[in-house]
Amino acid sequence: MLSKHVWFAPMIVAAVLGSAPAHAETVRVTIDKLMFSPAVVKAKVGDTIEWVNNDILAHTATVKGDWDVVIPPKKSATLVVKKAGEFAYYCRFHPNMQAKLDVTN
Amino acid sequence: MFAKFSAALAAVCLLGTPAFAQSAKLTDPQIAHIAYTAGVIDVTAAKQALSKSKNKEVIAFAKDMVRDHEAVNKQALGLVKKLKVTPEDNDTSRALTKQAADKQKELAKLSGAAYDKAYVANEVAFHKTVDNALEKQLIPSSSNAELKSLLETGLKIFEGHLQHAEHTLADLK
Repeated sequence: MLSKHVWFAPMIVAAVLGSAPAHAETVRVTIDKLMFSPAVVKAKVGDTIEWVNNDILAHTATVKGDWDVVIPPKKSATLVVKKAGEFAYYCRFHPNMQAKLDVTN
Repeated sequence: MFAKFSAALAAVCLLGTPAFAQSAKLTDPQIAHIAYTAGVIDVTAAKQALSKSKNKEVIAFAKDMVRDHEAVNKQALGLVKKLKVTPEDNDTSRALTKQAADKQKELAKLSGAAYDKAYVANEVAFHKTVDNALEKQLIPSSSNAELKSLLETGLKIFEGHLQHAEHTLADLK
């Protein structure tokens, strides 16, 4: 009977998944008409944030006193997040552009 | 007739500057010309700052103005060409240009910290004026959807510049 052999399958799957190394992800934020989308993103320490700028203007993703990423027009720029925290960031050139990054361990 | 007069008066009070006092509805070619002119004015003011200022932040701000307005105007020219709209000179553009030229002469007499503060303070005032005009007059009066969309993005950019100017001014005090 199938059910007799299948009961341990979920245990094996869980064991395999549990022991697999965590892969660093790339979290993408798009900029369109002076808006960061999504406005709030979550990431883990070690992940890469990639900002894709669809505007004709240069923008930045800046945390005062901390990181500052310049994103040229029609280009992308990345940042590897190295510490956990809630980061409210904005564009230095257009401070009305605001967004948030939640980084957990 | 009385309604038209009081509407025009309200428009002048709302917009707060003689340049945007036109009571007749603006056409798309005129609106395109005004938007383009506002950009050119800011680039010209920034170039004066680049030649006069020794302050790193003011220089960075001026470079941002040149870069942004040249990019937006390039996009605006592309759009009007595509729409086969010829920007049309008008009283508002002329008034804006004259006001800017007068301010330029005033600023030319200043130097050092006095110049820096005056330039950035004027940038705050100028961006407030243009934001107001875009919101209350240019965007509502525009007919073509693509032009309207460009102006709406332009408003976001100008609002951003206003905040950038305010931050820069705060750092100069």
